[in-house]
Amino acid sequence: MHLRRTALVATLSVVALTAAACGGGDEDTAAEPPVAEAPEFEEGTPMAEIAEAGTLRLGTKFDQPGFGLENLEGEVEGFDVEVAKIIAGALGLSPEDIEYVETPSAVREEVLEGDEVDMVVATYTMNDERAERIDFAGPYYQAGQQIMVAADNDTITGPESFMENPDATVCTVTGSTPSENIREYLASPDQLVLFDEYSQCADALGNGQVDAVTTDNVILLGFVSESDGQFKLVGEQFTEEPYGIGIQQGETEFCEFIHETLRENEEAYVEAWESTAGQVEGTETPELPEFDECA
Amino acid sequence: MSPVFENLDLFWDGYLTSLSICLWALVGSLPLGVLIAGCRVSPVPPLQWFGTFWVTTFRNTPLTVVLFFCAFGLPEIGINNSFFFFGVLGLVLYTSAFVCEAVRSGINSVSAGQAEAARSIGLNFTQGLRFVVLPQALRTVVPPLGSVLIAMFKNSAVVGAFGVGGDLWSTGATLNSARGLETLPVFVGVAVFYLMITLPAGAVLQVLERKVAIAR
Repeated sequence: MHLRRTALVATLSVVALTAAACGGGDEDTAAEPPVAEAPEFEEGTPMAEIAEAGTLRLGTKFDQPGFGLENLEGEVEGFDVEVAKIIAGALGLSPEDIEYVETPSAVREEVLEGDEVDMVVATYTMNDERAERIDFAGPYYQAGQQIMVAADNDTITGPESFMENPDATVCTVTGSTPSENIREYLASPDQLVLFDEYSQCADALGNGQVDAVTTDNVILLGFVSESDGQFKLVGEQFTEEPYGIGIQQGETEFCEFIHETLRENEEAYVEAWESTAGQVEGTETPELPEFDECA
Repeated sequence: MSPVFENLDLFWDGYLTSLSICLWALVGSLPLGVLIAGCRVSPVPPLQWFGTFWVTTFRNTPLTVVLFFCAFGLPEIGINNSFFFFGVLGLVLYTSAFVCEAVRSGINSVSAGQAEAARSIGLNFTQGLRFVVLPQALRTVVPPLGSVLIAMFKNSAVVGAFGVGGDLWSTGATLNSARGLETLPVFVGVAVFYLMITLPAGAVLQVLERKVAIAR
């Protein structure tokens, strides 16, 4: 069994090398992140347990273009997934060893508390309330909330416009951080329209039922690029959304391990961005943010 | 249960929104359902066809599809209104089909002699239905109609997923997800507030049933 895995790793390394060698022209496929060979961990640590199990149970979104999206072949792809692959690699696991668990926003704390996943990488904004139930590693990306309107809309120029236009409505997703952030900019709660998914907000913006859509810039950029010039972004980012990696509470060693891994793999990190969310026009390749202290 | 008590004001707002969805849907679907039932039993074939078409369409289409059609389909064809309106409209269309069938079963339970008697004293079909048959029919359908209405109150939770912010369902989702409160107490809270809509409704229906019931 052990032998077989080593063989597999070796094969994959060759594949990765080949891919890297003839890379350059082919920007759509990410080079596979490096996979550590038989790394050793202190017994009892989460890393040892995951490496022992031979699978990384990853909680991610299946409906977030650029970050975690299930494609038609049933594979999950995106920046979050690529970041997870880097960490899996450092644990000695190849991308095939990742078990994907669909984790929409509402259940992210639950799956960690219930030990259904080893970590959650799912456009997961780090905040104090969430940190009471789980631990965060990171941030690995600094997003910010912005506003998207129809291309011919000149009345809404930023979040402040909603106070001046009490009839204007803004759409976002039920239970999301953006839905909380936008409230203080609204003249009345009736201006807020909530759906289950951002694509429904984009549809509602397309047929004129809402005047604006708000969420993190990267998600909006995806819609703008798909809209054939129908939508545009207005105003600056008005929040800071540090995306973190959710792990179970008390796993400080795992948190430190993740930080170390990302620091050591900055190249793979940039590659991960450029092959996924970075494909959308107008995005800038991020630098690895300053990490928070592990709790 | 502290997450519930600390956010009672939010739950209360959610309750009021959900309650108003329910009441508007009630005001819309009851008369509409009775009207469609009238169409189904009328002697005029086009009206019968219309009634059958209505019931077949809305009783056999999932509520989410009806709501999706209202929230996304109607704006496509140029009908713009608030999502609250679309939500209530969807609930009314859907529930009226069930109200219609409950009322029709009541009408069928009124003996044919009653309609004949109405005709013999010179009442036409509409008058006979309105003054003789329906008053008797409605009395017998209080229990099944009650079930239909309570189901509708619960179905109002689905409306929250179609753009209507601030109802009980989305309040729960907000507290649980955006503010990171524990799931279990929040959803127990949501359930309790829904009971505050459905249990009083059940009590009213029971009183009504006792008042109007006729022994046959």
